[in-house]
Amino acid sequence: MTPAAETGSSVVDLRGISKSFPGVKANDDISFDVRAGEVHSLLGENGAGKSTLMGILSGIQTPDSGQISVDGKPVRIDSPRKALDLGIGTVYQHSTLIPALSVLENLMLGDSGKLRLDAASARTRLEEFGTILGVEVDPEARAADLALGRQQQVEIIKALWRGSRLLILDEPTSMLTPQAVAELYTVLGRLKSEGLATIFITHKLHEAVSLGDRISVLRRGRMVGTLDAEAVASTPPAELEEIVIEMMFGGAAESLTDAAELRVKVEEAEPAEVRQRPDHAVGEPLLELIGASAPGAGTDPGVEDVDLVLHEGEVLGVAGVDGNGQRALAEAIGGQRRLRAGEIRLFGAPIGRLNVMKREKLGLHYLTDDRIGEGIVGGLSISLNLFLKRIGQPPYWRYGSVRKRAIDERAEELCKQFDVRAPGVETRAGTLSGGNMQKVLLARELSFGAKVVVFHKPTYGLDLKTTLAVREMIRQLRDGKAALVISTDLDELLEVSDRILVLSRGRIVGEAEPGPGAAERIGGMMIGDVSLSLAGAEEAA
Amino acid sequence: MSNLFHQDVLTALISGGVIAGIPLLLAALGESISERSGVLNLGIEGMMIIGAYTGFVATYYLHSTALGFLGGAAGGVLACLVMIVLCVWLGLDQIVVGIAITLAGEGITSVLQGAQFGTTYPRLGATPTVSIPLLDKIPVLGPGLFQQSLLVYLGIIFAFVLTWVFRSTNIGLNLRAAGEKPEALDAAGVSVVATRSYAVLSTGALAGLGGGFLAIVGAGVFTPFMTQGQGYMAIVICMLGRGKPIWVALASLLFGISLSITTALQLAGIEISTDLINMLPFIAVMVALVIFGRRSYLPPALALPYVRGAR
Repeated sequence: MTPAAETGSSVVDLRGISKSFPGVKANDDISFDVRAGEVHSLLGENGAGKSTLMGILSGIQTPDSGQISVDGKPVRIDSPRKALDLGIGTVYQHSTLIPALSVLENLMLGDSGKLRLDAASARTRLEEFGTILGVEVDPEARAADLALGRQQQVEIIKALWRGSRLLILDEPTSMLTPQAVAELYTVLGRLKSEGLATIFITHKLHEAVSLGDRISVLRRGRMVGTLDAEAVASTPPAELEEIVIEMMFGGAAESLTDAAELRVKVEEAEPAEVRQRPDHAVGEPLLELIGASAPGAGTDPGVEDVDLVLHEGEVLGVAGVDGNGQRALAEAIGGQRRLRAGEIRLFGAPIGRLNVMKREKLGLHYLTDDRIGEGIVGGLSISLNLFLKRIGQPPYWRYGSVRKRAIDERAEELCKQFDVRAPGVETRAGTLSGGNMQKVLLARELSFGAKVVVFHKPTYGLDLKTTLAVREMIRQLRDGKAALVISTDLDELLEVSDRILVLSRGRIVGEAEPGPGAAERIGGMMIGDVSLSLAGAEEAA
Repeated sequence: MSNLFHQDVLTALISGGVIAGIPLLLAALGESISERSGVLNLGIEGMMIIGAYTGFVATYYLHSTALGFLGGAAGGVLACLVMIVLCVWLGLDQIVVGIAITLAGEGITSVLQGAQFGTTYPRLGATPTVSIPLLDKIPVLGPGLFQQSLLVYLGIIFAFVLTWVFRSTNIGLNLRAAGEKPEALDAAGVSVVATRSYAVLSTGALAGLGGGFLAIVGAGVFTPFMTQGQGYMAIVICMLGRGKPIWVALASLLFGISLSITTALQLAGIEISTDLINMLPFIAVMVALVIFGRRSYLPPALALPYVRGAR
């Protein structure tokens, strides 16, 4: 890392950047700069143009017009290589580490010039970075074997590996435990004092506010405005969030109601710790797992000896770091994976031997986390996707042939009910945005006699508005139905659940109710910190 | 049956196994380069037969084995250019293009052979061998292993070189990254298209060289369809060897022995229908797949064209 010229001077300056894709203006005349020794938060909904702007900075996309300057000199960033050469390092939302390679190999990737890999000096360099960041990484460990927080630290080192002075972080906290987020904050603090400029992209309000020295807001491809350092420093966080929400959603008449609605929800959602939960009666057990074990698949581990009871009118959360058996648990309940041992009961009757379709008919529905892979069939219409799990069933099919009109009529109703925005029900589902795709899946799994719904990462990758809508739908299931929410987003679980189980290494290691200190307690259990979870248990008792 | 273990029979078996195994070895090492980089090269069978033809023609007219080998490699390179342009540059389906190259290679070489030589199949003379002093005096093994064409030794040495390239060079790291996660390589500032192009180029050269060896040293003649599925065998070997050059080389030589067993059995005076014996290598492939198939490792990005920014 080369020390920045001077704290406070612009490292990168964007002027009038525009970029269009067929049908959308992703970036419209955006101006933006980031200075040495500051964290500049960039906030916006999905589709607001954040990713495009970052793509332009990291050389993956080229702008149609506008000027980029680095250290005051105009530059053209036409390839990722060029961006790196200019000192712009990016940590993408999706890991770019190669799981099968070691940490050191991942870092050395792209070190050109010599034929032989220079492992010795790379090792030394990694140690230096470890000291600066205050983290320790085993250079020989396979990237796949590292915890997500640790992987991200490696990503940050990788972004800085060739002497970057600007670090771009794209939604860096979306998959982290609270502890890992705290570590990330520390790392960013250390880098800031080294004079590094950081762009912190997020859609989580409180992060943008608590971490950013300056805050900029994008909406529909346009820069709404930037709150400068003095304003950010002098305004109390709560008020700041108000202002930012206004910037994100305010303005147009239509979205004013959205904004008002949002503000209510944010107020309700943000202080999860102190929020009062209305007491409500919890009914009969609907879904029970007794000593259930399910095998893993590939790198994805199985679950062992899981006991779980989901009552009528209850939203039960399952927390855990990704890759601790979530998928095995979800698929075992949904019927896509056979139990190896133990029992699963629905309404008191064993269903371990029933296949997906039979469980569906009983009212046990499963919303997959793999939206594109197994959720929808991209090449089929929205209506057919809505009826994918009802193929051959009356009244939509009769004598083995499809009744198109019946399907389309029902599909239109569902699209209206679940607010699927698409030109029509004939639209191919693969062309929808992530949020609309998820709404199609929700429409499918929440209708047709759903009684018990298993959600797996229900809001992963969705924008704030859709996320809030989805959470509202989950909460509505407390009305006589039941939901099991498996999620890696702890904030989400604290918001929607009545109880939270913690899954670690394929086992349920603890249980907590949302309340003061719950986040830390659950976070401790997630990473297997026994002392913390014991202390938590005592506290609770 | 005692004849089977007669010294001459064993020597013939080993020597024949090495000669039959080298085309497999070269092609399979080539395939492991392109598979490591994420290109499933099903056209390798076609590249081999084209290499066999060009290698044969070069030797026949230029009267030089070395130029023959060069000609073989050049033929393979020519054939693989099609794959580079269509699959790596334009992102077309690798499986379809691969099969097309194989079919075209078999057809074109048959036509050219027919047009040139009619129904005669001219033979090439014996090829020069290099004996390694002392080692070639070992009974049974000596003549089989250490009295061979220079290319045999080079091929085996290449397996070790390739191990080193994969493990400790920048090129090797780039290749592996291109097959494991091309977007990561791209983000690191290395061109995925260039990396894969060079990988396929070397595959073509090696497959052509293997085909050339088959025609020049192995058979001493070119006949249409003479590769008889050896390219596909190379793909299987590469998969079973998990792309690790040393394992790939060992497996190739073992399959080579199963290919040469026909001759050995005839020498031993055992009368089994040759049709049955000719099936042996393919049965060996199936048995090996059943036993070791689960252990095979294929890079995650194999056969997926890379388009920047697409998910």
